[in-house]
Amino acid sequence: MTPDAYTWTRFTPAERLRRFTVYLCMVLAVGVSFKAVNVIPEFLYDAPAQMQDLLVRMWPIEWRFYFTPQNTGAQTVHQALMDSLAIAFLATALGLLLATPVGFLAARNINRIVWLNALARFILVATRSISTLLWALFFVAMFGPGALAGTCAIAFHSIGFIGKMLSEALEESSPGTTEALLASGAPWSSRILYGYWPQVQPAFVGIALFRWDINVRESAVLGLVGAGGIGMVLNSAIDVFEWDRVALVLLVILLVVMLAEVVATQLRKRLI
Amino acid sequence: MTPAATGRAPAHVRPFSMGTTERWIWLILLVIFAWAASRIDLTWARFVLGLDGAAKFVHRMLPPIFNPREELVKGLWESVQIALLASAAGLVLSLPVGLLAARNMMPGWVTWPTRLFITLCRTFHPVIVAIVFVKAVGFGALAGILSLTVASIGFLGKLFAEAIEEISMKQIEAVRATGAGFANVIAFAVAPQVMFRFIGFTAYEVDSNLRNSTMVGIVGAGGIGGTLFAAFQRFDYDFVLGIVLCIIVLIMVGEVAQIAVKKVFRQ
Repeated sequence: MTPDAYTWTRFTPAERLRRFTVYLCMVLAVGVSFKAVNVIPEFLYDAPAQMQDLLVRMWPIEWRFYFTPQNTGAQTVHQALMDSLAIAFLATALGLLLATPVGFLAARNINRIVWLNALARFILVATRSISTLLWALFFVAMFGPGALAGTCAIAFHSIGFIGKMLSEALEESSPGTTEALLASGAPWSSRILYGYWPQVQPAFVGIALFRWDINVRESAVLGLVGAGGIGMVLNSAIDVFEWDRVALVLLVILLVVMLAEVVATQLRKRLI
Repeated sequence: MTPAATGRAPAHVRPFSMGTTERWIWLILLVIFAWAASRIDLTWARFVLGLDGAAKFVHRMLPPIFNPREELVKGLWESVQIALLASAAGLVLSLPVGLLAARNMMPGWVTWPTRLFITLCRTFHPVIVAIVFVKAVGFGALAGILSLTVASIGFLGKLFAEAIEEISMKQIEAVRATGAGFANVIAFAVAPQVMFRFIGFTAYEVDSNLRNSTMVGIVGAGGIGGTLFAAFQRFDYDFVLGIVLCIIVLIMVGEVAQIAVKKVFRQ
């Protein structure tokens, strides 16, 4: 059936062709991956039994591990958890500190220098595309294993997210106040401090809380590459197949992450 | 005369001074900061020592090398496969899960457990989920696919449910008034309203899975991450830099593709 001049069609033929091409590409990509991926079928058949075995080994959870270390000199779960929370807090603070200037430089209505703007945007994209674990590997190589490397890793990964959200908030701010300040002869520092800042401050608090919530989650994996936090305990427990300790650590992570989400939502409601 | 009568603040009131609540918040933040800084031993001396280490590290990283080439290409290709398959599986599973979690379509006793399930899927970082799946199904790509599928359900399920909750109920009533059953209501009243947003979410999730699929290899769940971590532990920092550069290019290509797909479906 060909559409004549009187028949209404939602999309032009070109649009329909483009959509069809995208669908076709998607199906082909998934199909090719499915054929090519290297999955050993025996492992798949074995999975339910293995999973059951894992759960049996995890149960019952040994609660006293929360305050007893795996071996002398190692961290207890409680100490590692406190480290994780400290990392999440410091990394958020450091991330905000590093990202705010970049965010201002990336906002097109504030920074009119094209190349500086492009540079700031590149920094935002680049820091975001390197994942926390990659940053952690770099910082472990620099500072040695420990919480300091983890803090820097999360902070650097946060720059992209915080800077992007902040620059978007700045670009949406109304120019009225700033123009009034400009007309009264205020220098640029006053324009930023009294013109832009009060307008984006609620957004800034929201971004900080949102990022802190994400960072609590992220701080749990850092230990897998030796960058401190509760992941260190998890990693060493897995290495010796101490599954009841693993179960305890996973449960603790679950509770803390959920608690952080509740705290972040409640604070957001109160403060903004 | 009161300040209100003159219409301006008296000279001794600073217009941007902090309120009492704000002062308390800053004090609490400062206390937490001091506790956290002392906890992780944040000192200037360690930072300076780190700069020294950084100089050595950068020196050993440059120039980046891309050999062994076949190992690199194989790892990257496996990461892409993991991301695509996990996204496809995640999408197929998230559609019913998202519908079951939407409070305007389902009764409370259905949405409540479904929402708990979605939250559980979202709580753990994919790499931690990957550890459990590596134990369950052994080393290799399958563990990576499963763990990223779980992450996709957590992300897509939540967004799908929220999108369905925001739809207009008028169209549903109109379709119901024609005598349509449940399946027809979903197909002709719900789906057309959320289709475009779903495509956007899915494109974003593919992108996010691509990022994570380069990392799950660290715990042995397939993809380039395993090659990367092995090179790192051998102190082959120049190969590490080569792999990282390839990962960044891969992720940027993914982001460009994501934006292009969204543009095609914009009405």
